[in-house]
Amino acid sequence: MRDIHSVSITVNGRLHEVDVESRRTLADVLRHDLGYTGTHLGCEHGICGACTVLVDGLAVRSCLAFGVQADGREIETVEGLESGGRLNPLQEAFSAHHALQCGFCTPGFLMLATALLREKLDPTEEEVREVMSSNLCRCTGYQGIIEAVLDAAGKNGGTEAIDGAVSRETSEEWVEGVSPLREAGDHAQ
Amino acid sequence: MDDIERPRMLYAAFARSPFGAARVEKVSVEDAIEVPGVERIITRSDLEDVPGLRPVLHRPEFVGVDMPLLSGEKVRHAGEPVALVLADSPHAAEDGADAVAVEYERQEAVVSLDAALAEDARTVHEEMEDNVMVDVRSPDDSGVDEAFEQAAVVVEATFETGRLAAVPMEGRGCLAEWDGREDKLVLHTSTQVPHIVRTALAEVMEIPQQRIRIIAPDVGGGFGQKCVVSREELLVAIAAQRLERPVKWTEDRQENLTASFHGHEQRYETSAAFDEEGRLLALEADILCDVGAYSCYPFTCGVEPLMAATEMPGPYRLERYRSRARAVATNKVPMAPYRGVSRPQFTFAMERLMQKAAKRLGMDAVEIRRRNLISADEFPYESPTGVVYDPGSYIESLEECAGALDFLAWKERQEEARREGRLIGLGFSCFAERTGYGTRAFALRKMGITPGLDNAHVRMDPSGNVAVAVGTCGHGQGHQTTLAQIAADELGIEPGDVVVRQGDTETTPYGWGTFASRSLVIGGGATKKAAALLAERIKEVASHLLEAAPGDLEIEDGKVSVSGSPDRYVEVPAVARAVYLEAQRLPEGEAGSLEASAGFDPPGTFSNATHGAVVEIDPETGDVRIDRYVVAEDCGVMINPMIVEGQVRGGVAQGIAAALYEQLIYDAEGQLLTSTLMDYLVPTAMEIPHVEILHLETPCEYTETGAKGVGEGGTMGAPAAVASAVADALSHLDVEIDQLPITPDRLRAAIRDSRAREGKLS
Repeated sequence: MRDIHSVSITVNGRLHEVDVESRRTLADVLRHDLGYTGTHLGCEHGICGACTVLVDGLAVRSCLAFGVQADGREIETVEGLESGGRLNPLQEAFSAHHALQCGFCTPGFLMLATALLREKLDPTEEEVREVMSSNLCRCTGYQGIIEAVLDAAGKNGGTEAIDGAVSRETSEEWVEGVSPLREAGDHAQ
Repeated sequence: MDDIERPRMLYAAFARSPFGAARVEKVSVEDAIEVPGVERIITRSDLEDVPGLRPVLHRPEFVGVDMPLLSGEKVRHAGEPVALVLADSPHAAEDGADAVAVEYERQEAVVSLDAALAEDARTVHEEMEDNVMVDVRSPDDSGVDEAFEQAAVVVEATFETGRLAAVPMEGRGCLAEWDGREDKLVLHTSTQVPHIVRTALAEVMEIPQQRIRIIAPDVGGGFGQKCVVSREELLVAIAAQRLERPVKWTEDRQENLTASFHGHEQRYETSAAFDEEGRLLALEADILCDVGAYSCYPFTCGVEPLMAATEMPGPYRLERYRSRARAVATNKVPMAPYRGVSRPQFTFAMERLMQKAAKRLGMDAVEIRRRNLISADEFPYESPTGVVYDPGSYIESLEECAGALDFLAWKERQEEARREGRLIGLGFSCFAERTGYGTRAFALRKMGITPGLDNAHVRMDPSGNVAVAVGTCGHGQGHQTTLAQIAADELGIEPGDVVVRQGDTETTPYGWGTFASRSLVIGGGATKKAAALLAERIKEVASHLLEAAPGDLEIEDGKVSVSGSPDRYVEVPAVARAVYLEAQRLPEGEAGSLEASAGFDPPGTFSNATHGAVVEIDPETGDVRIDRYVVAEDCGVMINPMIVEGQVRGGVAQGIAAALYEQLIYDAEGQLLTSTLMDYLVPTAMEIPHVEILHLETPCEYTETGAKGVGEGGTMGAPAAVASAVADALSHLDVEIDQLPITPDRLRAAIRDSRAREGKLS
């Protein structure tokens, strides 16, 4: 009694046609059907944020979205940040500031920070802390993460840090998509 | 771990007990096997010939019990596995697990220390006389009573700390596959201790260790929860062997909270005798650890009470000490070592005792500690429990931390704030962190198998690059960086030319893995020794190429040169090339390999630190905000300061979590109420402050590198520092902060009660 749907999902600019069961989460589609295993699952109930990806430019917990909801959408995952084996400045900043230890939560933080820096090129520490508090890290105590995002933001006003990506229009249709900056309070535990 | 996939792989899911205590009447799998995709279900009746895990302490005070891989007759905690369902998709496996029908006859669950220790308590294990699994007492010392009689001040208090979960961001998980060609089991598992998992698996499966390969891939955090062997990884391995198909299990967060391992739920009934000068004369402690339903393998449920009893005096000079420490069985998830193991709890108790005594004596928080900390001229210092402390900077770290927080101006600042109706507090905690325990230290615990030594193997390839293989198993501590630095320093090459291999029993020498702040001390020591041997070997080969005596050679900057004649040199890669590819240039017997092995087994060494916290309490909400946090720490020689600071900050975050936010709560029937991350509050970037770190350096004589371990200190110091600060903020009220976590409801109640008492008095 499997309920299968054909969907088209663009991931990091590449179009995928895939048949998914209706109950399959976007995270499982990305990880197991399409092989984007950089997206990690830490809780599967929307708290830890390790599975954060961008859907039409907005930070989304892919464990709380179904694969079928991504039909026709553009997804960005952590695999899309580097180019030609070269880390982008945000990733470099994470490395330089010891913003990761075990690395499991890192993809989610990178995508969350990418969404933030696209929306606001020069956030304050308070703003960075508030947005980054959407996600959980158990190793670092967060300080390296905050410093890395601020450092990346400081470089050329942040545009370089997110690889020249431009700010996107907010898609109102995507109900799970929450603007990381303006709706940060909604992420609080 | 979950990234690994194999053809024809089956997915595992567990049917688990919904009850804290029950008799298993009947397990029916008829419906479950009909679920589409389900291939096989394993229950207790399929495992008649498979023993449970039985960790051992060779002590008369220890009662050993089996942890069955699947429950057959009784379940002893909610979440205990009853059946293993194997299916062609994870969804089908979970549907199948839901369809396993188990008839239970419920029993009264024993869920608190008081209930477990009551006269008429039901026993968690029917073969036991009571619920005490370990009961150790210090040797009787009548001097304790005399000291109490002479004391100017006797402080008595009971301290309690909440039950915690380690919450690695990646839960547990494993993939087992049977290699028919080599007749071998390969288990990829998210573990801190691959060699120990192999040893346990060989015992349970009754096959030789050489026919088992354990691989720990990138492990997403552990903090102790993965330094024990779990039922699930053994069951998955057995299933893969029986079905001759790969089997994968990925734990979800609810399982990780309800069915893995917990720790740190303890109670200390203490009394401390002080003289009029504030000197600690004697200490008595009755220590209870709620260890859940089973003993963890290989450490046993003794790990918390034995640690607490042995090390409770901490960094303080003490002559008279009497303790009793018990591990108490309850119908809860078993305890395993979690970062700090008892030291966050007894540090909390000791620091609060100091603070209470200081208040009674009218002494300040720094002075009472200054008078009691072991001073530089007393090292090596032997504690009343026989533990020897190597040199550290106990008083210096206190002074540094107090200075950074401008302690001298504090009282004035606090009074000014109080006049404005604000509640601010400053608190300290001092501790000594025993790290890098070797065999001799662990042997005193009398475990069935004794941790301690570790090994390293260092090999240079024909291009002059080096591979270091170690028995430790980092999972976020940066060992690839620090061990490469150590080897590179010995070999005069760049750290980038060194690769570190760990976490694979096939490619690394036997070792005890990564826990108890041991890896850099012991694995690093072994790496340094092995690299030094290899450096000697390189010089020997170079001596033929340079026609000079090996003793006259030195290695630096990638070159082997003759001392005093820097232009007479050969580059390290040229030495490697000669050994492997141009053997004709060397005398017979010199060619063929460039490698060395060494083991290291130190006595252990104490790092030390003082933590200082400044907090502000919102009297309306009971919320505690940390405004400043300072750590003055000494871990000997720092191999890599950035990694040291990362360990300290991460540890502090977990300690603050224990102080203010996290607690696993069971209801009276043994149901875990905090089974999601919405209920179990792991703090975020909004709660964890910027941590300022000051470094002191007392090089360790007992370790090869001069380094001391630093993995757990943050977690040890933070609960006491935060609690001390909260108590200081409320020092003008009649409020005691003797229970963790300091939740808003507890704090508000304490403030309210204190004001009500004041009201009655006036």
